[in-house]
Amino acid sequence: MSAIHFIVFLPLLAAVVAGLANKSFGSTFPKVITTGSLFIACALSWPIFLHFLTGNFGPDTMVYDANAIPGGGWVAPVFTWMLSGSMQVDWALRVDSLTAVMLVVVTSVSALVHLYSWGYMSEEPDQPRFFAYLSLFTFAMLMLVTANNLVQMFFGWEGVGLASYLLIGFWFRKPSANAAAIKAFVVNRVGDLGFMLGIFGTFLVFGTIDIPTILAAAPNMHGSTIGFLGHRFDTMTVLCLLLFVGAMGKSAQLGLHTWLPDAMEGPTPVSALIHAATMVTAGVFMVCRMSPMFEQSAVALGVVTFVGAATCFFAATVGTTQTDIKRVIAYSTCSQLGYMFFAAGVGAYGAAMFHLFTHAFFKALLFLGAGSVIHAMHHEQDMRFYGGLRKHIPVTFWTMLFGTLAITGVGIPGIFGNTAFGFAGFHSKDAIIEASYAAGQTSAFWVGVFVALLTSFYSWRLVFLTFYGKPRWAGSEHIQHAVHDHHGHGHDDHHDSEAEASDHAPTADEILHGHHPEGTAGYHPHESPWVMLVPLVLLTLGAIFAGFVFHGAFIEPSAGESYWRGAIAFNEHLMHAMHEVPVWVKLSATFAMLSGLAIAYGAYIVSPSFPAKFAEAFRPLYLFSLNKWYFDELYNFLFVRPAFAIGRLFWKKGDEATIDRFGPNGAAKVVQLGSFGAARLQSGYVYAYAFIMLIGLTAALTWVIAR
Amino acid sequence: MSGFPILTVMLAVPAFAAVACLFVNAQSARWLALAATFVDLALGILLWANFQTGDGAAQWQFVEHVRLFGIGGAEFAWALGIDGFALLLIVLSVFLMPICIGASWRSIEKRVPEYMAAFLATEVLMIGTFAAQDLMLFYVFFEGGLIPMFLIIGIWGGANRIYASYKFFLYTLLGSLLMLIAILYMILTTGTTSIPALMAHDFPPHVQTWLWLAFFASFAVKMPMWPVHTWLPDAHVQAPTAGSVILAGVLLKLGGYGFLRFSLPMFPEASAQFIWLVFALSAVAVIYTSLVALVQSDMKKLIAYSSVAHMAIVTFGLFAFNAQGVEGAMMVMLGHGVVSGALFLCVGVIYDRLHTREIDRYGGLAINMPRYAVLFLLFTMASVGLPGTSNFIGEFLSLAGLYQVSTLYALLGTTGIILGAAYMLYLYRRVAFGDLTKDDVKAMPDLDLREFVMLGALAAVTLWMGVYPESFMKPMRGDVQKLVARLERAAPAGDSAPTVGKPAPAAAEHGEHAAAPAAHAPKGAPAEASAHGEAH
Repeated sequence: MSAIHFIVFLPLLAAVVAGLANKSFGSTFPKVITTGSLFIACALSWPIFLHFLTGNFGPDTMVYDANAIPGGGWVAPVFTWMLSGSMQVDWALRVDSLTAVMLVVVTSVSALVHLYSWGYMSEEPDQPRFFAYLSLFTFAMLMLVTANNLVQMFFGWEGVGLASYLLIGFWFRKPSANAAAIKAFVVNRVGDLGFMLGIFGTFLVFGTIDIPTILAAAPNMHGSTIGFLGHRFDTMTVLCLLLFVGAMGKSAQLGLHTWLPDAMEGPTPVSALIHAATMVTAGVFMVCRMSPMFEQSAVALGVVTFVGAATCFFAATVGTTQTDIKRVIAYSTCSQLGYMFFAAGVGAYGAAMFHLFTHAFFKALLFLGAGSVIHAMHHEQDMRFYGGLRKHIPVTFWTMLFGTLAITGVGIPGIFGNTAFGFAGFHSKDAIIEASYAAGQTSAFWVGVFVALLTSFYSWRLVFLTFYGKPRWAGSEHIQHAVHDHHGHGHDDHHDSEAEASDHAPTADEILHGHHPEGTAGYHPHESPWVMLVPLVLLTLGAIFAGFVFHGAFIEPSAGESYWRGAIAFNEHLMHAMHEVPVWVKLSATFAMLSGLAIAYGAYIVSPSFPAKFAEAFRPLYLFSLNKWYFDELYNFLFVRPAFAIGRLFWKKGDEATIDRFGPNGAAKVVQLGSFGAARLQSGYVYAYAFIMLIGLTAALTWVIAR
Repeated sequence: MSGFPILTVMLAVPAFAAVACLFVNAQSARWLALAATFVDLALGILLWANFQTGDGAAQWQFVEHVRLFGIGGAEFAWALGIDGFALLLIVLSVFLMPICIGASWRSIEKRVPEYMAAFLATEVLMIGTFAAQDLMLFYVFFEGGLIPMFLIIGIWGGANRIYASYKFFLYTLLGSLLMLIAILYMILTTGTTSIPALMAHDFPPHVQTWLWLAFFASFAVKMPMWPVHTWLPDAHVQAPTAGSVILAGVLLKLGGYGFLRFSLPMFPEASAQFIWLVFALSAVAVIYTSLVALVQSDMKKLIAYSSVAHMAIVTFGLFAFNAQGVEGAMMVMLGHGVVSGALFLCVGVIYDRLHTREIDRYGGLAINMPRYAVLFLLFTMASVGLPGTSNFIGEFLSLAGLYQVSTLYALLGTTGIILGAAYMLYLYRRVAFGDLTKDDVKAMPDLDLREFVMLGALAAVTLWMGVYPESFMKPMRGDVQKLVARLERAAPAGDSAPTVGKPAPAAAEHGEHAAAPAAHAPKGAPAEASAHGEAH
């Protein structure tokens, strides 16, 4: 046994124990078990990461029964999973510098989310189940990031999908939560179809599903072609694109993104852990893990860049008009994932992982902060009913402010020979934008810059609507409910609370013309308990310092090379070029950020009536964004309803009206008619029988004579 | 295990118990049947533990041979013996039987002794089918297995049981007759009834075609393959719970076993010749029956249609002619046997409480039946093919095998994972999720000990097969190798045919399109050109 075994399997053990114990020993026991094991896993993970950061790559001090792998890191075997013909699949835990990044991200955010949930879910009767699911998720995610072969990665991939399904549908009494859970699972399965075919194809070409072997062989595949669906294509392009379809599903990229906003039906800590910091970044992780393969196909990289940039833009435009605080952050996540993908697409895998790393901290922070706001506002999620909260929940306000400074990328660019310094997102996002310019992808660069403006706008819009201005709480049903029922009967209304905001999705006219009465309605928001504030404060530290402290290892040419050691296809030239981009390029992201801030300030602080006027003036555009580009409607029309209609058609017209009618029922009919005829002949009249005998005799005689 | 006729004993125990059941009262018959099935389970485990694997292990083990009589040079014998495939299917059968008896413990109240006798007879015939090494003996067991099933559906079934058992009979009849003719022809031309001998016999290709078609008529119905599947939903809906468990768990495996034992090794050329037919029917089945399953309002019908879709993955895998395909097909058969059996049991549990299979009559069971909800979820996820459960291993391997033959069919077959998730999760949502509003549903108690033990055992095996399938794959590895070696001469060329690449230029600048010059393409220059056209 070694540290990595404990890191991965402790959460599983905790999940099983908590799940089986359920409420038998009260709800504290499962909470202690799960949270405790996550903190242990976290405490074991950071030394591994630091181990790699300090350039110590051998398994010497860390493990006892593991095999060192070339380039640094080690693989801890568990046992053989499948052995079929030449296909061998092992359960094994791989630790290298890429895994190390994910280990700290997953265990840190998970541990903090576990802790936060003590407060957030305190009114919930089903807490053991919730904590068991959270730990199960963490286990699956850790199996994913430690996979040494594609099939184990797929195991983790589907495992996190299962946990996500269970947690989105945690409040299973709510129809909307159930629908969202199924949607998440099924849409992800569309991606998994690609992933599975990608694994099959990879096995066919390389004869193995072992990742290091595949990556070692990939550079020799130049010019190879492969047949796929009756045509011939470049081998690596086919394989990479199939795998990328899987990544698109899990990371909610344009086309397969529709499940992510709906996933906000789950409790807010879940959104922070699964749908912001960890699971949705699995696609980015996979592309980085397989980066030496993607490097072999310019076409595949082009697609990754395009899809990433398109998602980045799409999600940001939708994020600007949503009114549900969680949905704004959800679209923001989607958009940031787009950034990571186009970083990978232009070859800056280090920058992609860097943004994944910093994003995990500030986005988890924003989600948990939003949860704290929702908690304070008695489960109201609509920002139109917020306002003026900064005085009432100061800790939440300050932490979310830092989160916003991080996501919008506030910092001082290093243009005067000084060291660049800024909040986390400044280092990582600017690196992506600069890398895309340096790689010659100018259109991706401009999209990146424009989306930086949108990011800044929607993020500040969230802050201004929530914390500034006058209270608009009086219009909220949740608040009225809370005020009237002074003693607030806790969990009874909790179940359907989070969904209601989306249940009565506001029509455009409501938003444009409905007025939201100002006033507090006598409600007093309370700051959250310390178990919720401690994770916020710790994540704030990450949001402030993660970029500045770690940028060397992730993206600096020489430091990066010595950190990654071949765990990703680290492009040292590109990283050099990234630092040599013109000054205006370096300033562009900061300028975009400031513009977004200025617009948001003007629209929501200086002249609050402006947004409504703007929306009125550009109504079609506004509706297009508000309705999320009508993707849900389109998919409903194209896939969901036809599937049911065709199913019914096959059943009624195919099975019943054709196969049964001409098959067994037809045969029955024939037999029935035949026996009916035979029965008619059995009349019982002797003369009839005698007549028939006579005919028979005559016929027989005729035949004998005539032949 | 030399000398001890363990297979005969495994047949004799339930056979004697079946006869004995007819002479005792209901409660004694229940205990007697349970005891007999447990004895067979113990013997099955013994069989498994003593089965030799690895190099040097005999293909046929536990062989018994007693000459019965001879006609025209052909000898008919009481010949038993098993290889890895037969072993695993026997183990599956003896594992499911005690669960079937347990499932019928309270729900069957009329004619209990006869019912138990019918089940024990089914067990005899199933084990006999898998263990028979004599072609005539096989035929007797194979067809005989249907008779107790007719009775179970026809006597202890639901309201429309006569129609269902009649349909079941009619479908099987035609196939059986054609297969009998083929069997007689084979015996008369080769002069042997020994299955191992026939598996090594090379029939002329044109003869193979006809024989293959005759066998196919029988196996396709048993499988069942589209479009001869419509007996299955009706049979399942009408059968009592345990009948459905054994029907889905074991009887559906007879078709796959038939392909594995007869069609593939005895008629390799004909099998290769008809790959297109099998693949086309399987592809239709996956998509068609999955969509039909999506719109069902009867739980048993839904699971029955899903079985058709899963069995299509089996035929896909078998006719991929490679190790992954065949092993995957076997694993789907085993996994589906456990999981669909468990799902029918899950339906039975709530049917016993509310006496309806209408999905919409339920809802919110996760609230008042949490243990049930957890186990039902596990089996739902297994049916969906979640990694870590039994069905994933099979589906993954058979589709991986299929991909090596045809990317198009692999794509169509893999859509099953999307549609499967849709209909199973939709079912689960309607049964277990939602609010608990109906009074009679509210009154339903959670699993009792008997139900918990049955479902718990199935759950444990589902996870075992998913996490450490080696226990199941090891016994059949040698047989798969032999089968694949035999099929090799007829194996189809895959449509992927990747060409060999060459190392990338050392300093390939990122972002440049560094296409290889066409001159370096090893073969298929036109294809190479079109690939570049597609790539840009």
